[in-house]
Amino acid sequence: MAILVDENTRLLVQGITGREGGFHTRRMLASKTQVVAGVTPGKGGQEFEGVPVFNTIHDAVEETGANTSVIFVPAPFAADAIFESLDNGLETVCCITEGVPVHDMMRVANYPRLQNATLIGPNCPGMLSPGKSNVSIMPQDIFKPGRVGVVSRSGTLTYQIVNELTQRGIGQSTAVGIGGDPIIGTDFIEILKKFEDDPETECVVMIGEIGGNAEQRAAEYWQSEMETPVVAYIAGFTAPEGKTMGHAGAIVSGGESTAEAKSQALQKAGIRAATNPTEVAELVAEALK
Amino acid sequence: MDLYEHQGKELLRGFGIETLPGVVAATPEEAKRAADTFGGTVAIKAQVLTGGRGKAGGIKVVKSPDEAEDAARQVLGMDIRGHTVRKLLVEAGAAIASEMYLSITVDREAKKPLILFSTEGGVDIEEVAATKPESIVRMHLDPLVGLLPYQTRQITFAAGLEGDAAKGVGRTLTNLYKGFEGLDASLVEINPLVLTEEGQVLALDAKVTVDNSSLYRHQDIAELRDVEAADPQEERAQEVGLQYVKLDGDVGILGNGAGLVMSTLDVVAQAGGDPANFCDVGGGADAEKISTALDIVTSNEKVKSVFFNIFGGITRGDEVARGLLSAIERTNIELPIVVRLDGTNAEEGRSILAENTPPNVKTEETMLGAAQRAVELAREGGR
Repeated sequence: MAILVDENTRLLVQGITGREGGFHTRRMLASKTQVVAGVTPGKGGQEFEGVPVFNTIHDAVEETGANTSVIFVPAPFAADAIFESLDNGLETVCCITEGVPVHDMMRVANYPRLQNATLIGPNCPGMLSPGKSNVSIMPQDIFKPGRVGVVSRSGTLTYQIVNELTQRGIGQSTAVGIGGDPIIGTDFIEILKKFEDDPETECVVMIGEIGGNAEQRAAEYWQSEMETPVVAYIAGFTAPEGKTMGHAGAIVSGGESTAEAKSQALQKAGIRAATNPTEVAELVAEALK
Repeated sequence: MDLYEHQGKELLRGFGIETLPGVVAATPEEAKRAADTFGGTVAIKAQVLTGGRGKAGGIKVVKSPDEAEDAARQVLGMDIRGHTVRKLLVEAGAAIASEMYLSITVDREAKKPLILFSTEGGVDIEEVAATKPESIVRMHLDPLVGLLPYQTRQITFAAGLEGDAAKGVGRTLTNLYKGFEGLDASLVEINPLVLTEEGQVLALDAKVTVDNSSLYRHQDIAELRDVEAADPQEERAQEVGLQYVKLDGDVGILGNGAGLVMSTLDVVAQAGGDPANFCDVGGGADAEKISTALDIVTSNEKVKSVFFNIFGGITRGDEVARGLLSAIERTNIELPIVVRLDGTNAEEGRSILAENTPPNVKTEETMLGAAQRAVELAREGGR
């Protein structure tokens, strides 16, 4: 097993004929993901790398039975793309796009139909279950099938840590980038719950950063609800207050949003927290013993 | 994007928020003229993008145009928490009966707008939360529905307001929510919101933060950005689309990906060093972009060594190494640059670097090793 994406994923790419959408569709096809449809308004009837392109998600779902979508459309149109996916019954929707306005995301996050689906992102690298399905922009070569789940607010930091795991011979069940924005579809807790319920996942790596209090809530959740060990890493101890550190959501605004506060909450809950990316792999190796 | 008080007030007036008449002044003479126009008591207020200006002496209440000129002379040029005062807001006086607090923020956890109202205004809301938490009324809104009239009533009644005050605050709240939505704000805060002796409800201060991601649909607000107040390196980075934040240390830092760069800063600090900046050059191996980033990082005179931390992902390590070499050739940086290359094709990348690099470029295999090296080089004095 894995979480969110696996052999049964039938993927639809929103913005398949765009530069980013096209580039990553080729990569996802190369890693044997079942890409069943693409959507680009006005280009219905065409094909992209053998994948049929539709004008609307409505048509694409009807014709192909897609159950998951990945969004590469530009930020001004991203919320609309998410609504279109939700309204057409897709179970898992992943928005890669960076720079989606916060107010757009608040509307999406409160949309009643979201309750029947899982939205990952925006501003995220996607989801990848090694050897099963790749719905992401992550470099698949550094992954290896295995038993460690990875959930993260950051892209390259995830790659760094996954690479260290793989080099130690430790494989991954699924890696999920939940996104670096202030408002995201799915927080750590929901992903931790899925990993807890996944019999194949024996340890989870959680990669957090400054901004918000999602790490604290995850720590409380782990303490009361989880058996699976979690190894955590938090970035941004040196971040100054009030400055956005690359990710729109990575900003220290007092109290709970600091790396220090998050790290303390993790330790208080009994979660092993690494001080650098290399130590994460060491702690995972210990946890798996 | 944070706005100055006078900018925030002007935008909020467009949504029906009432304020006192005010004029922006950049010289003591302008402040004097404004005070003369208003007559009587006026407030001279430093315009800075930081809090705590009152405590720092950035707000003066004066009784005559001459006093206004003196006060303006004192406040202009003042440094408030690292921000130089270059403009003042000269505002007419008012007879204040009571001070309140009103804000709307984006609650990340609830994923909803959050209204905070308190009859205790004029002090930090954190302080009120600590000393008089019962005076704060909170309410989450459904952004798909907006602020409903009953919710406004619920807030004002819960706060114990009556008569004109209740109506005035209710109206202000309704308008402020329109402003919050209309401006794509992540924060609108009025502290204090005052009730005058004549029964008017006025915004005496305004703090507005607009979501950067929404600026494409608010060209007018984007143009309000104060280019002069920005740090020169941060300004240049903004122009070329690089994520750069200046810090106080002497180890310049670049990397690909926000999380990895944040982690790099932390590792440098753990190795006993002081990061000089955050700089995310993004994915890819575009030599032009890398050389611009290197140039920005090293144009900060404090920088004594540079740590370039790269994880080769979809853009492979060998491509990144070639891009980096060509970038270094374009600049004439003599400072020591420690490059740590990991990820796909990292070995190929490292050997390309080893064979071709100028003497000031050192390669390291691990992040910790590279951090150590960069810190040592900065201590040795770099240039």
